[in-house]
Amino acid sequence: MNILVCVKQIPDPAGPQELNNDNTLKREGKLILDESDSYGVEIALQLRDTAGEGEVTLISMSPGEPSGLRTALAMGADKAIHVVDDTLHGADALSTAKVLAAAVQRAGDYTLVIAATESTDGYTGTVPAQLAEILGLPSVTFAKSIRVEGGKVHVDRQTEAGYDVVEADVPAVVTVTAGVVEPRYPSFKGIMAAKKKPLETLAVSDLGLDLSSWGQNIVSVEDAPSRAAGEKIEDDGEAYLKIVEFLEEQKVI
Amino acid sequence: MPDFDLTPDQEAFRAVVRDFAEAEIRPRAEQMDATGEFPVDIVRGMGELGLLGLPFPEEVGGGGADYLTYIVALEEIARVDQSTAITLEAGVSLGAAPIVYWGTEAQRERWLPPLLTGDGLAAFGLTEPDAGSDAGATRTTAVRDGDEWVVNGSKAFITNSGTEITVLVTIAAVTSRGDDGRARISNIVVPSGTPGFVVEPKYAKMGWRASDTHGLTFEDCRVPVENLLGEEGDGFRNFLRILDEGRIAIAALGVGLAQACLEESVRYANTRTAFGRPIGANQGISFKLADMAVSVEAARMLTRKAAWLRDLGRPFKQAAAMAKLYASEAAVAATREATQVFGGAGFIDETPVSRYYRDAKVLEIGEGTSEIQRLIIAGGLLADPGSA
Repeated sequence: MNILVCVKQIPDPAGPQELNNDNTLKREGKLILDESDSYGVEIALQLRDTAGEGEVTLISMSPGEPSGLRTALAMGADKAIHVVDDTLHGADALSTAKVLAAAVQRAGDYTLVIAATESTDGYTGTVPAQLAEILGLPSVTFAKSIRVEGGKVHVDRQTEAGYDVVEADVPAVVTVTAGVVEPRYPSFKGIMAAKKKPLETLAVSDLGLDLSSWGQNIVSVEDAPSRAAGEKIEDDGEAYLKIVEFLEEQKVI
Repeated sequence: MPDFDLTPDQEAFRAVVRDFAEAEIRPRAEQMDATGEFPVDIVRGMGELGLLGLPFPEEVGGGGADYLTYIVALEEIARVDQSTAITLEAGVSLGAAPIVYWGTEAQRERWLPPLLTGDGLAAFGLTEPDAGSDAGATRTTAVRDGDEWVVNGSKAFITNSGTEITVLVTIAAVTSRGDDGRARISNIVVPSGTPGFVVEPKYAKMGWRASDTHGLTFEDCRVPVENLLGEEGDGFRNFLRILDEGRIAIAALGVGLAQACLEESVRYANTRTAFGRPIGANQGISFKLADMAVSVEAARMLTRKAAWLRDLGRPFKQAAAMAKLYASEAAVAATREATQVFGGAGFIDETPVSRYYRDAKVLEIGEGTSEIQRLIIAGGLLADPGSA
């Protein structure tokens, strides 16, 4: 079973972030594999290994060295397609989906396209559904588990209340909820092997796309509002009742 | 031009090992220290990372990394938990290494696979109640009887010898005496569970509490003759090599521990206030941080250089002794000063520095005391004045 996993390389969220003059995120330092993508990579590796055949191919659009892709290759993915092109600086979600879709179409036969529900740097959460639309494929979101059987993909789709059981014809685009599996650590042998795995670097022109402009630009960036002060409850011996009442109001309990 | 940077591969793996140590070990280190629980699952996790077979050739199932990569990884584990680090160090440098170095193909096939994956651990039984650094005084005997060795004697302070996944111990035993009466020492593999092989109850220890340390007793313990590892009589030479390499690894434990002290102390000095300002604003505290930083750096350089010499196939006995001596003493000093920086908070188990303090001392003792390291270094100098 061949699986494509869309992954993003992002600046390390643990470090300080800076913006360019056009309000886009600076991506000049070392880029790492977005943690939200590591769950999809892990699920893809497990599906491939359970099937006992096929390949996991990574697809990514990002500037710079493929350092984050190498992490996913070291985890066990088989090969990668990396779209690197200065003209994509500031590309919006739809343009990103177009680029990824064009890369997917070069990747040969596949059963699934897996992506994270959203990236840790952009958080638009719209690229996977747009990708499915462009490719004309079913889109299943928020998967907590994925099984492929009888020409269909069976997904437990996480909801606030529990999960829905969903199935769709393959090929399909499935997004994976963060935290639903424990991504493996790359082993030393994995890191060494990753250097020898096929990594195709493409420009936009290689994909036959003409993407020099897009409709969306970031006009301004504001700090998130600081958190309002909480409510203080003095303990007169029955404070717990007020806390329980508050939690019930919030429908937490 | 010499290069003080790690290679990109070493750096990539170092980052993975740090992530693993932070996520899988740090949250449990305090609890493991309190209970002495031996973390089999963490050993397996380290096996999956490739740590247990890291410095051994790929032909025998190892990771094919150089010793420096192993040392860098060990420092990362040691930075978070000394007990786990000594479990790893003993598993690799003392447990698996003898089988890799002196095992026949059949012996490697039989014993090595679980040791390289973390599914099993092996121990190295050298020290005895009356023979520590004076390894030549070994009293344990193995007498040939037909197709078997009959082992009698006892061993002391043997790491990883009694875990639920321990599969064997390689012992040093006197197998014969030369015409001059001198003991000929050989290495013999005794599988766990062999009748007559008794693992004594775990020691109660000041530090390294979540590591597994036992005395061992052998009473007419019989193993097949093919359990002889290496040539008969080579045991003394063999374990000297094991000890030389192991000293670089123990030095890495010291570097990791001193590094942990430095990080904790800097953080605390910036956040703890006294007399209206952070305690780091006082030179009495800040100079401790400066001295600690210098010793961490010096210890790390000595340790990595010893590993580098070993990887180049050059003599490294002196360098390993220097690294072990300096790094272990730097670690003891760093834990003492970190505890002082923390004051009362450093004396209770709610901060990690009290554990660091208890874990440090053994580094000046295990795999050759500081005194033995000085003997080695001075002996080398006097025998070869040109090396001074």
